[in-house]
Amino acid sequence: MSNPHANLERRRQAIYGWLLLSPAALLLSVFAFYPSLATLWSSTFSRGNRRNPSEYIGLENYADLFADPTFWLVVRNNLFYAGVTIPVSIFIALSMALWANSKIPARGFVRTAYFTPTVLPMIAAANLWLFFYTPGLGVLDQIGALFGLPSVNWLGQPETALWAIIIVTIWKEAGFFMIFYLAALQTIPEDLKEAADIEGASRWTYTRRIVLPLLMPTTLFIMVNAMINSVKLIDHLFILTKGGPSDASKLILYYIWEMAFAFFDAPHAAAMTMLVLLVLGIVAAIQFFFIDRRTHYQ
Amino acid sequence: MNRLMPSLDAAGAILLAVIWISPLLFAFWAAFHSTSDAVNFNIAAPWTLDNFRTAWDGAPWMRYFLNTFLLVTVVLIGQFILTTLAGFAFAQVQFPGKDFVFILVLLQLFILPEVLIVENYAMVSRLGLFDTILGIGMPYMASAFGIFLMRQAFKSVPIELHEAARIEGCSWFGILIRVYVPLAKPTYLAYALVSVSTHWNNFLWPLIVTNSPDTRPLTVGLSIFGAPENGVDISVISAATLMSIAPLLIAFLVFQRQFVQAFLRAGIK
Repeated sequence: MSNPHANLERRRQAIYGWLLLSPAALLLSVFAFYPSLATLWSSTFSRGNRRNPSEYIGLENYADLFADPTFWLVVRNNLFYAGVTIPVSIFIALSMALWANSKIPARGFVRTAYFTPTVLPMIAAANLWLFFYTPGLGVLDQIGALFGLPSVNWLGQPETALWAIIIVTIWKEAGFFMIFYLAALQTIPEDLKEAADIEGASRWTYTRRIVLPLLMPTTLFIMVNAMINSVKLIDHLFILTKGGPSDASKLILYYIWEMAFAFFDAPHAAAMTMLVLLVLGIVAAIQFFFIDRRTHYQ
Repeated sequence: MNRLMPSLDAAGAILLAVIWISPLLFAFWAAFHSTSDAVNFNIAAPWTLDNFRTAWDGAPWMRYFLNTFLLVTVVLIGQFILTTLAGFAFAQVQFPGKDFVFILVLLQLFILPEVLIVENYAMVSRLGLFDTILGIGMPYMASAFGIFLMRQAFKSVPIELHEAARIEGCSWFGILIRVYVPLAKPTYLAYALVSVSTHWNNFLWPLIVTNSPDTRPLTVGLSIFGAPENGVDISVISAATLMSIAPLLIAFLVFQRQFVQAFLRAGIK
């Protein structure tokens, strides 16, 4: 026997729920879900021009990409970019947090200095670093000259351009990751340290055996963020290298932008976008099935 | 050994800190000196404001500041309204399909607006919003991240308050505005700080959807001003860069605690 009042209440809640949700649902559909599907759709069409209208070509755009050496170079660059920035940022963030959490003089200054790059736009960061990298006049070259080293065109040669980009990224994100470690460190009970001291454990043992395992969930959380950043953080390319020289520092998202808005080749840009979405989907799956389970486990 | 460690620690920490802010310090130095004094690190060189004058006259900065200000305001207002409503629906209203829709929303955390630039550009043009402040802001308003944050905040509101307000005859909307929103103030503050600094700093999407100085935000203006074709020297670029980061940087230095807390609250769910 169902209660008519409860039924009415349930129906009212359903209507309220969907009404409250509708503005957000509408915008999410228009700017996330529909564009994702439209990208998939347009990645299967040829690029139209006046003589040849755009037509369905299946996976040909993907095949083109896989045959394009620049695409593979950009993928390699991006993997290298991720492979260096993720572990190095995490390592520096952890060191910063351990330092900023210990009893040292000028701790306020140290924390501020570490965190400040986080609030700067990537474009501004790139401008600041331009002063370091400029050949001859730049800070790096002048420091090098003190030791009698020759002038280096950091941004202008293929061997160093990507490294120059990587350093700016690490500089920008390490302080951001630090605050998550800092917060986690402050939840570690003092008695653990005291117990370790009584047992005569060295500081290194304490850090490796107690602190690092306790920080594991934070590390995984930061890792996911760093992975997303290694796709997303490309603004400084516009200032520092524009992907050059000879594509040596070009990253995927920059290549998508270039394909779509400099070469006006939307279908190939769409195919590349789909591949990036696929990678992000894998990161999402790691987050949902691996990390969330682990952190909730305790 | 054990007595030496703390001072080694302090030295390492401070050395890293100095390295970390040195790009800002050098820019500061360069901005207040003539280019030749700046690059020669002539310590005795006179300080000057010329670079700021040159930079200020080189681009419509006032307009860029205004555009960025309007942009972050529009985005924040949109986000507050949309995420409040949706967050409340997910936290306190029972309706069929809720869990499924919530998973869809979470999915958007990984479909970065930055990646969908091509189709979002087409969409904004179709809506007639190309080269408008609203066009820059709109894709960010229904932020999945914000919805998630508000849902968490509303979930922690004691149900007794909700019941009490209902017995007093408050409507659903009244309960949301009078009970939930005031209690979630810290979350709003945190979200506002993260949102403002994100959109103050955003570059790629505004670059794509703006086409004129009337809508261009600071970041895009700065990138055009500093482009090598413009031939401005390092001191003037430094001055322009400092100018455009000054408001946010000063706000950060003054409200440092709140900023750090905000980023933390936003990151750890």
